Amino acid sequence: MNAIFFIAAAVAIISSLLAISNKNAIHALLFLILSLLAISIIFYITGSPFIAALEVIVYAGAIMVLFIFVVMMLNVGSEKQQESRWLSPRIWVMPAILAVILFATFMYALSSMKPIQREVQVIGPKQVGVTLFTTYLIAVEISAIMLLAGIVGAYHLGRRKKSVVHRFLKKEEKRVLTNIPS
Amino acid sequence: MISIPLEIQLMFAGMLFLIGLTGLLVRRNVIFMLMSIEIMLNSAGLAFVMAGTHWMKTDGQAMFIFILTVSAAEVSVGLALILQAFHHYKTLDADAMSKLKDKKTIQL
Repeated sequence: MNAIFFIAAAVAIISSLLAISNKNAIHALLFLILSLLAISIIFYITGSPFIAALEVIVYAGAIMVLFIFVVMMLNVGSEKQQESRWLSPRIWVMPAILAVILFATFMYALSSMKPIQREVQVIGPKQVGVTLFTTYLIAVEISAIMLLAGIVGAYHLGRRKKSVVHRFLKKEEKRVLTNIPS
Repeated sequence: MISIPLEIQLMFAGMLFLIGLTGLLVRRNVIFMLMSIEIMLNSAGLAFVMAGTHWMKTDGQAMFIFILTVSAAEVSVGLALILQAFHHYKTLDADAMSKLKDKKTIQL
């Protein structure tokens, strides 16, 4: 069973690397969906099946579909010269070195922990729901308000600007404009 | 059953976070930057769930649900902003959206 964890982790890391280094936006989104599915496998085998289902439904099913719709609306298939120049290895060197340094310090900090091994015990959705609606009830309400604000903000920002708000106002404007020359 | 030590699971989460950070630093396409932020949020949630299952608590999974909420709201608003910026600038390049930058300090 331990092999499943490592295989899924390798798939997630490789597909995340391919997702951030791909030129085509649709291909990168498909690699990102693959990475999310691999992470969902890891959630499932480490004893949180509810979170695995949420990962597939919400992340891979809702958020990535939003991304794909936007990429389809923008119609950006092939990238420009600028982006391909940014994708040369010379640009990648410094951020990659910084990330590797951070990862080395993180590994050192983790390897100084006491090794504790424990068998997996499944934590089901019922316990999570009880925790959410007793301990974190106010956080649930705040996140509901934040989702409402997100919906309203996305609608307001994504709306196309119309020239005239109402047809009566349009007639009025025309009449005024035609009256001025006469 | 499976018995992976917590350090390896946290190392995996940290590796995913650093992949997202590298993508955010390197890419100049706004959609790819948003995708990198998604990877980073997801790896933070992964670390929460791993630690929560390690100590037999449900708090980690509750935190993952909150991270999911934040990420959904952030993606909806961010994609609407990307649409508006694309209509305004006709490109997705983040360097093109530097109207606030001082002209004198551009030449390095």
